[in-house]
Amino acid sequence: MAPDTRASATSARDTDWDGVRLHIVTGKGGTGKTTVAASLALALAGQGRRVLLAEVEGRQGISQTFDVAPLASTEAHIAHAPQGGEVFGLSVDAKAALLEYLHLFYKLGRAGGLLEKFGAIDFATTIAPGVRDVLLIGKVYEAVRRRKDHKAKGPAAPRVYDAVVLDAPPTGRVVRFLNVNHEVADLARVGPIRSQADSITAMLKSPQTVVHVVTLLEEMPVQETVDVIADLRAIGMPIGGVVVNQVREEILTPKTLRAAARSAISRDNVAADLTRVKVRTTDAVVDGLLAEAREHAERVALERDEAKVIDGLHRPTYRLPSLPEGVDTNGIRELAEALVAEGMA
Amino acid sequence: MTPILDIDALIADPLTRIVVCCGSGGVGKTTTAAALGLRAAESGRHVVVLTIDPARRLAQSLGLTRLDNTPSPVEGIDLARGGSLDAMMLDMKRTFDEVVQAHATPEKAEQILANPFYQAVSSSFAGTQEYMAMEKLGQLRVEADRDPEHPRWDLIVVDTPPSRSALDFLDAPKRLGSFLDGRFIRLLAGPAKAGGRAYLKVFSAGVNIVTTTLAKVLGGQVLTDVQTFVAALDTMFGGFRERADHTYALLKDGGTAFLVVASPERDALREAAYFVDRLDEEDMPLAGLVVNRVYRLSAPGLSAARALSAAEELADEGDDGSSGGSSLSDSTAITQGLLRLHAVQAEIAARHQTMAKRFIAGYPDIPTVEVPAASTDIHDLVGLRAVGEGLAGR
Repeated sequence: MAPDTRASATSARDTDWDGVRLHIVTGKGGTGKTTVAASLALALAGQGRRVLLAEVEGRQGISQTFDVAPLASTEAHIAHAPQGGEVFGLSVDAKAALLEYLHLFYKLGRAGGLLEKFGAIDFATTIAPGVRDVLLIGKVYEAVRRRKDHKAKGPAAPRVYDAVVLDAPPTGRVVRFLNVNHEVADLARVGPIRSQADSITAMLKSPQTVVHVVTLLEEMPVQETVDVIADLRAIGMPIGGVVVNQVREEILTPKTLRAAARSAISRDNVAADLTRVKVRTTDAVVDGLLAEAREHAERVALERDEAKVIDGLHRPTYRLPSLPEGVDTNGIRELAEALVAEGMA
Repeated sequence: MTPILDIDALIADPLTRIVVCCGSGGVGKTTTAAALGLRAAESGRHVVVLTIDPARRLAQSLGLTRLDNTPSPVEGIDLARGGSLDAMMLDMKRTFDEVVQAHATPEKAEQILANPFYQAVSSSFAGTQEYMAMEKLGQLRVEADRDPEHPRWDLIVVDTPPSRSALDFLDAPKRLGSFLDGRFIRLLAGPAKAGGRAYLKVFSAGVNIVTTTLAKVLGGQVLTDVQTFVAALDTMFGGFRERADHTYALLKDGGTAFLVVASPERDALREAAYFVDRLDEEDMPLAGLVVNRVYRLSAPGLSAARALSAAEELADEGDDGSSGGSSLSDSTAITQGLLRLHAVQAEIAARHQTMAKRFIAGYPDIPTVEVPAASTDIHDLVGLRAVGEGLAGR
């Protein structure tokens, strides 16, 4: 590490995902997907950039993570980043997106209200398969492409957002979610929803987009990471990095770990040491400490096996520390710095 | 004092016929359902465990490589007390197909199954999984009671789908039921069903706008497919509604017990609080809360602060005064490591306790059990038995 030279060259700093404008973040439930998406948004917003962080499942995970008022279906400022950077938040709602879409393309006045009244909006957003996902990603798609001046077409007008981070559905649902074209193709062979799905798919599969997968060093999250990467690859999605979340700092030396795993730590030596520093040296304390060390060593061995599986994926891998105090707004900033240091943003 | 959730009493009670495990993703819901099923089976109950998870986690937990849409016996369980354990994984499309086949004439069923809209709804509608999970639960219940003399199962343990929002599985049957029964679908099915001529007169202009707009947005052929689908399903509308209502009633029944599963983390407990409130609102029988994977110290008598200061004292012993670092003996370095490790673990344990206590303070009447964290992943019966012991507070 040479922090001084890196810092002086910040504006031209290379990251692993230069040129990517849409970062899709998935992971098994409970791995900290929303936390990672939030940290990534904040990290990308460094150096004065504007970043949108969007969620699509109405969970209000973003507002809870940043401790701000619940997000609506309009974009709201949620955090400042270094050097004037800004993060905006959005909870995409399929119903609002459909009404907005209808308004935009069909100039619906009365019909909009009628559609709602007859339950057609509910139908289209909750029942008609695939349509909901097209609308949800459609909103994100629009934000990625939006330019500051609506009238000035072409590359002249700057983009409203330098990057968009999508807190996507978890591993179990994300492939179907991103495979909108397939979902809709079965149903709508022509029509605006179909052409919208086609444009979305083109963007999703372009080099502007990557899907990052969040995991813990545990068997099932890693297994799901392996599976989802294969499944995403099969539908032609560009795969991003693997973020290993909640990595604990190793406390024991390799030698101690080996001894602990083999239950080869001398009980008498430990007891003698404890007595010397006047810890109340009962059998329960000594055996307890040895048991804790053995369990820890087992855990570490498992984590190493899982880390090997992740290495085998040959994807850029980022490790985020476990925050002992849990994740709050300060925690997000700490994780964002870690992502910057690791070159993810 | 918070009441303790007595899992053994719950599964020993012959009146407990259904246990529903709910909770947010990643809290160990599937493992809890499997462990509970195993424990009940080995205590003499005839158990079937229904899991919905597409990641086949229960399959892994039970050491099975394949689970399909019908229950099959789990190998390797202790049958000494006369119990049995079957497990199955939901195939939502197949379940939906079976519902159609059971309630329509063969020709109509064929027509429905071939309809593109049906195929899309049955395999990817966001609520279908939840709806079919409840449908399957209803089927298992019927199957269980088929022969009252020799019930095939006397306890059904259900693992709920990893829902978008917490209680989708409660809402989905109602939602799909009211959709299939609703005004819009009747409009599509044919104006006559929407309430007769007078109604039609008033609304026909509106209906036209609605159908034309939808045709524009979705593409005309989608509407045609939907209309064919709806027409074919026509005879089944009442059936869907009735079944949804029936399943809902089954969940409210005294023989059902809901277990809310959480891990001692802020987000999971917040979701758990939401579950508890919703179950209460719906008047659903909540048996209690399982706080899963609570870290427990093996040496609880030693505080984090004391361990740290002891570790520092040991470090001082080895400090020879030069900047070169310490000259601790290997064995003392090990002891020092153990103390530092203990301090970190003690903080984790304390945080888990604080989290759990904070939740309990908000819900003092809800029976709760804390299940200790296992140091290894659970993927066999031995591991599940250990989780079962933890659930039972042993």
